[in-house]
Amino acid sequence: MTRNETTWEGGGSPFAIGAKPLGMWLFVVSDALTFSTMLMVYTYSRLANPHWPAPFAFSPSIVQATVMTFVLLSSSLTMVWAVDAMKRDDRRKTVQYLSATMFLGIVFIVIHMREWVHLINDEHITLTANPWNQPLFGATFFGLTGLHMAHVTIGVVYLGIVALGTRMGKFKTDHVETSGLYWHFVDLVWMFIFPMVYLMSVKR
Amino acid sequence: MSFLSRYIFSTNHKTIGIQYFVLALTAALLGTALSVLMRLHLTYPEAKIRLFEILWPNAAAGGVMTPELYLSLMTMHGTIMVFFVLTTVPQGGFGNFFLPLQIGAEDMAFPRINMLSFWATALAFLVLCSAFVVEGGAPLAGWTAYPPLSAVGSIAGPGMGKGMTLWVVSIALFCAASLMGAINFITTILEMRTRGMSLFRMPLTCWAWLVTALISLFAFAVLFAAGILLLLDREAGTSFFLPAGLVINDRILDRKGGSPLLWQHLFWFFGHPEVYIAILPGMGVVSTVLSVFSRKPVFGYRAMVWAMLAIGFLGFLVWGHHMFISGMSPYSSLAFSVLTLAIGVPSAVKTFNWLGTILGGRLHLETAMLWALAFVSVFVTGGLSGIALGQPALDMYFHDTYFVVGHFHIIMGVAAVFSILAGTFYWWPKMTGRMLSETLGRVHFYVTFLGVYAVFIPMHFAGIVGNPRRYSDFGQFEFLKDVQGLHKFITHAAFLTAAVQLLFIFNLIWSLYRGKKAGDNPWNATTLEWLPPSHQPHIVVRGAYDYSVPGARRDFLMQNESNGQ
Ligand code: HEM
Ligand SMILES: [Cu+2]
Repeated sequence: MTRNETTWEGGGSPFAIGAKPLGMWLFVVSDALTFSTMLMVYTYSRLANPHWPAPFAFSPSIVQATVMTFVLLSSSLTMVWAVDAMKRDDRRKTVQYLSATMFLGIVFIVIHMREWVHLINDEHITLTANPWNQPLFGATFFGLTGLHMAHVTIGVVYLGIVALGTRMGKFKTDHVETSGLYWHFVDLVWMFIFPMVYLMSVKR
Repeated sequence: MSFLSRYIFSTNHKTIGIQYFVLALTAALLGTALSVLMRLHLTYPEAKIRLFEILWPNAAAGGVMTPELYLSLMTMHGTIMVFFVLTTVPQGGFGNFFLPLQIGAEDMAFPRINMLSFWATALAFLVLCSAFVVEGGAPLAGWTAYPPLSAVGSIAGPGMGKGMTLWVVSIALFCAASLMGAINFITTILEMRTRGMSLFRMPLTCWAWLVTALISLFAFAVLFAAGILLLLDREAGTSFFLPAGLVINDRILDRKGGSPLLWQHLFWFFGHPEVYIAILPGMGVVSTVLSVFSRKPVFGYRAMVWAMLAIGFLGFLVWGHHMFISGMSPYSSLAFSVLTLAIGVPSAVKTFNWLGTILGGRLHLETAMLWALAFVSVFVTGGLSGIALGQPALDMYFHDTYFVVGHFHIIMGVAAVFSILAGTFYWWPKMTGRMLSETLGRVHFYVTFLGVYAVFIPMHFAGIVGNPRRYSDFGQFEFLKDVQGLHKFITHAAFLTAAVQLLFIFNLIWSLYRGKKAGDNPWNATTLEWLPPSHQPHIVVRGAYDYSVPGARRDFLMQNESNGQ
């Protein structure tokens, strides 16, 4: 019995998962609270400031955000396949699917960055100022999407490490499954950001 | 193993536990020293005190503290005590050392993350302390760091520039460390118990660490986000916590849109659960110690567990009781008030069960037991003043007075410290192989116990008179002339109480060299940490508190002992 192996003997196992995935679940719970705090701050600021701007035109903003949503959703699918392949001990396939997931993650980041640049340069929305004199619009927008983008970036690096470890035969199913939990969580967060930040601020 | 990997960057849970313990002891000494300096200034605001001038040639030129210096000492005292002592010892110190031993695990679930948590905590402490030496000195905003003044930089006063930034960075680091710790504790408890150790056979200490870790997991995640936002306001020019039209030190700020109340909500959503993070592990220790030294099972074990879970849950619904005077709707006040008083129910369950535990037992009044009994005493005292504060109508008046200072020092500061001392006297033999001196321990106990009551009870009276808190000079107010004598008394009692702590430190050091050698199980306790070290996993067959079982061959049965015939 090595130290990290489950030594569960204390009656029925509650979740039937190992220490690593459980640790990740707990991280996800606390990270969800951090994101909720940000969403709460956003909601609070929005309600406290009448004439909150609605600058996102259907094209390109909403179209882009929709594409980004689909990219992330597909990346969740490839992630599921990666875990599935690992369970069948098909390491080659696992690495392929992990790479596909990373690729979709990078596509998401690139589209998102282009949008940021567009907003900053063409629409003059920055962290502290914007044409509507509603400084918190930029602060909450860049705060929320920035925090999320940081998570996607970390996720891509993390998946890269997992793919490498899987290829070299060092990592087990647990590792892939755990990284999957993280990735799905990051996708899930976007499913809150998309309606709350974009769809509620469509230009009319 | 090199010296470094063995004592410094160790992943061993016992080493990490001791590291937390030493860090917190350092923090406690610093925090106590600060409080003594504060009392000295409060009682003799005009006196020229050479020591002040030596320590702060500028801020205490001529030996008299500026009000700003006083506030910075107060801020550092509160922050150090709440975060680096009360949050650190009971969970990081005792928890790391004893949780794996008590559940029969080899180590924590993630030893390397464990090491990282400790070093992040240590770094956070260094960052905080460095605020003393940067330009402007330490921040003035109190441990609650209310904006707008905490968010606008050095125009809000000396120490509100670099010092305040260091404060926020330190707290953010502390949050990250605590989150890692919480994940480690929960995973260890859920995944690593030895055979037979079902959840409801765990010692109440383990339950307390579990509930505390769950609370930390939620609370620190929120404080972390709030801290980042405060940092953005300070360093990146956002205005999450800054409304329009602020005039500070004759300057108009050009921020708009935010609200300082938002910080209050976020801070207290963390802050109230934080007080339970500080005290729940202590409740676990006290339950165990009372049972061991009464030679009786804990009364109502399951009720104790459910009460802790209820306290943890309700603790997240009551943050508004710190904001009664913020202008919230009276209906919200009412809701928060009712929920606050509801926490009194599980708290009372615990108190009565402690009394039930010692009732009719054969009490052994060793020092550990004295501290545990004293814990129950201060917990009741502090709970009573809490009930007064929980009434919005009364709190309108009491808020920001010494009544609140008395309340939280008794129930959070003193109660948690008493449980730490109970734990220290109880577990020291396991941690070091030596017994602490009972004689020194008793003298230290009686002086401290009477001392803290002499310090903190009069503060309630000062508060009733209307004495404001976070104020450097009461001498200026006519209506406070009468409480000057009271403050003098408090200061003298505080000096005595602080001085007698040296006896405790001496006891610790003395015992390392001269203390009686402890056997494997000096208290005849039942839990697994008192078994001699073995390479076989222990197999647990019974609950944690089988004392005086009828028909057994001696008055306790260890958790792995079958029937003891
Ligand atoms: C039934 C039990 C309790 C009730 C009803 C209660 C109620 C309150 C209320 C209403 C306040 C706000 C006072 C004000 O600022 O005007 C307060 C402050 C405080 N309480 Fe309690 N409390 C209880 C138990 C506890 C416990 C168990 C702890 C800690 C272990 C604690 C620690 C604190 C602290 C630290 C503060 C002051 C925070 C600050 O403003 O700096 N309380 N309490
Ligand atoms: Cu509270």
